[in-house]
Amino acid sequence: MTNTISDRFKTEEYFINMGPQHPATHGVLRLILTIDGEIIKNVEPDLGYIHRSIEKMSERDSYQQIVHLTDRMDYLSAHMNNEAVCLLVENALEMEMPERVKVIRTIMAELTRIASHLLWWGVMGMDVGALTTFMYGFRDRELINDIFEETCGARLTMNYNIPGGLMFDILPNFQQRVKDFLTHFKTKLPEYDTLLTNNVIFQKRTKGVGYLSMEDAISFGTSGPVGRGSGYSCDVRKHHPYSAYTNIDFKEVIRTEGDTLARYEVRIQEMWESIAIIENLIDNIPEGDFKVATKAVIKLPKGEFYQKVETARGELGVFVVSTGTKNPYRIKFRSPGFSNLSALNKMIVGGKIGDLVAVTSTLDLVIPDIDR
Amino acid sequence: MTDLFTTYTGSVLQMLLIAAGYLGFFAIAGLLLVWLERRVAAFFQLRLGPNRVGPFGLMQTIADALKLLSKELTGTDKADKFLYNLAPYFVIITALIALAVLPFSQQIQAFDINIGLFFLTAVSSVGVIGILLGGWSSNNKYALIGAMRSGVQTVSYELSVGLSLLTMVLLTGSLQLSEIIEVQKDGWLIVQGHVPALIAFLIFMIAGTAETNRAPFDLVEAESELGAGFHTEYSGMKFAYFFLAEFINMFIIAAIAVVVFFGGWLSPFGITESLPWLGAFWFLGKTLVIIFLMMWFRWTFPRLRVDQILTLEWKYLLPINLFNIVFMAVIIWLNLEIKF
Amino acid sequence: MSYFSDIYNGVKTLLQGMGVTGKYFIHARKEIITQEYPDNKDTLKMFDRFRGEVVMPHDELNEHRCTGCQKCEIACPNGSIEIIWDRGIDEETGKKKKKIDKHIYHLGMCTMCGLCIEACPTDAIVWSQKFNHATLERSELTKILNKPGSVVKKGIED
Repeated sequence: MTNTISDRFKTEEYFINMGPQHPATHGVLRLILTIDGEIIKNVEPDLGYIHRSIEKMSERDSYQQIVHLTDRMDYLSAHMNNEAVCLLVENALEMEMPERVKVIRTIMAELTRIASHLLWWGVMGMDVGALTTFMYGFRDRELINDIFEETCGARLTMNYNIPGGLMFDILPNFQQRVKDFLTHFKTKLPEYDTLLTNNVIFQKRTKGVGYLSMEDAISFGTSGPVGRGSGYSCDVRKHHPYSAYTNIDFKEVIRTEGDTLARYEVRIQEMWESIAIIENLIDNIPEGDFKVATKAVIKLPKGEFYQKVETARGELGVFVVSTGTKNPYRIKFRSPGFSNLSALNKMIVGGKIGDLVAVTSTLDLVIPDIDR
Repeated sequence: MTDLFTTYTGSVLQMLLIAAGYLGFFAIAGLLLVWLERRVAAFFQLRLGPNRVGPFGLMQTIADALKLLSKELTGTDKADKFLYNLAPYFVIITALIALAVLPFSQQIQAFDINIGLFFLTAVSSVGVIGILLGGWSSNNKYALIGAMRSGVQTVSYELSVGLSLLTMVLLTGSLQLSEIIEVQKDGWLIVQGHVPALIAFLIFMIAGTAETNRAPFDLVEAESELGAGFHTEYSGMKFAYFFLAEFINMFIIAAIAVVVFFGGWLSPFGITESLPWLGAFWFLGKTLVIIFLMMWFRWTFPRLRVDQILTLEWKYLLPINLFNIVFMAVIIWLNLEIKF
Repeated sequence: MSYFSDIYNGVKTLLQGMGVTGKYFIHARKEIITQEYPDNKDTLKMFDRFRGEVVMPHDELNEHRCTGCQKCEIACPNGSIEIIWDRGIDEETGKKKKKIDKHIYHLGMCTMCGLCIEACPTDAIVWSQKFNHATLERSELTKILNKPGSVVKKGIED
């Protein structure tokens, strides 16, 4: 009997292109899925649809000009990206930043983190099908963007940092505005839990889905909430503190479950931590200069320099090889999204299409960050 | 001979007129429901929603329909053309057939058959064939996945819809819609049947939402997973038929709930019993409340995964439903119904 | 028993979620967060630091502050600014002095980084708060910032 039932009803795997234009890939990411029915057998991310060769362009630009290009990598953590380049230049030139600059940078970075996580939260809800979360997330994010807009004139691609400090000083009402936002936001954040986190459908969709063990998290080089959701303590702010993180006390949020819900909760908790950090700093912005005068043409000494910061997505590294001229000889950005995406296959194989959407959205992918 | 001819043409004319009336009413109702959904969704999301075309944006859906009419009907090259073109009509026609038996008021009911409830559940589940056809024939993998999901989902939830209605039929003893409403003159069935009726209502709402493929059971479309699901390859008016059918189906499910649980065109506590023409008002009003409830579900809950949908049906709804029927039977046996 | 407590908790959380959206539905009128954009176009006010586009302010004598030092052109990362300049004889001192002929600004290429305005030693160019840049022709995005016939204000040196 060769003609058994399983022979007659032989199923075949098939390929399906998720993206480059697909609502759940948040940009122009293409995922080549191998599916058996609903079950995912393999995922192969295909990149390059939004490659703008930022690294090559940086080789042509002066160090002041590179900063504005980093806005366009991970546009949701533009401030941190700027900060990475600025810190690198300042460290290479052995410039000491005034305390005021450090504190303002940190406040802005934490605001950016909240804004980024808010967008992620809204989109995460939308990915799992709760469309209303999107508007609630954006409602609160808008207030942060207004603060940014008033302070530095741009909402998203801020370019507020320059090598040597900040482009402008903060406005007198900055502190009040931030405090107003925090009081507003602290009443809204618990609502997020009621609406989405505690929801039984959401819990079922995320709990135990997309498991990433700590070993895998480390070996794939994940960082940020993705790594911390798997119990990997990888917060750059804690382990290699920069700016004002050196003197402030904050908790590194770590979950050990390693599933989608853990990564989700890490981000929600990080918003609470960011609120605490900002509250800690906002009343104690020291007086002083908001920038240190630099030469019009910044030349880095000959050598190799590396600086990493914690963006909303994880560890962003900037590596510069300088030959002593006004342009970098080679610049390399180690973007968190790229490494986080590489762990996708490990997380999702064996899951359903619905799981894939939930998992990619807890990776919090920003495609221009991955492609650069 | 002439007599026969006149009566024959007369009745045909009558039928045609009624059919045209119904079609017109539901075209308008469908458009209004689309507008309502967008408006309600907007308010849930702290937006304004359509507010430019006409007063309160009421004409927005008409404008959209005109836009869809003027659009090119694209299709895939290798689609099974006949089935591909048939599918949207299948969906919309089955949705419209079900309307025939709905009792809008004591007088307004086109077709009062003695198996009305059975007819409704039967017809409302035929529409899934259209979805399956559309997904299968458009030669698109996303559409195919959507269609397969729809098949799985509808077949499962059909059981719960039927069984929860069966629970109520124990109380009424009839499948004829007018009689079901007649029984409720002593109190709406959800009051008469109290606990089991409430359970049956909850199950009916869940299963009914799943039947209409609306969120949180919108796996068939699953925007963030499948793009547009089964109607990925449809455009223009063909897409509009799918879209409109969804809203008419929602109306039908809500109307069944009103007839079976909330006394159809009966006014609450009989306050307008002397004015029977208000029946339609009460019927539509109650239906709108149920529809609003379904919209509330849609704009609050995340979507379930495909295996969770089946878990919910087979592990939770179905066993509870079966026990509920026994429970209801016991209640009736012991004469524990609440009647005024 | 976990079967029933699951159902209870599930229904409870679902109702709580509906409570949140329901609350906003009732207050929807008050808490609307969107703006009806084209209607409020005239009253919409951007913040003072808003980076709309680069402009060159002129005073009533049609004088600007640009000396043509080209620092903005150098500072610009993507070549949005081009300065066509010439040397003219200064009437007072009789020396040759740089003066601009055209200060060309390509809005379509500008990334609003603000480096040119930071670089300008004489504050000749500033941000305007205009936010509506859409045009029908791409060529309209290339602007000449100095007005025709304008001259540099006296006493401005770089």
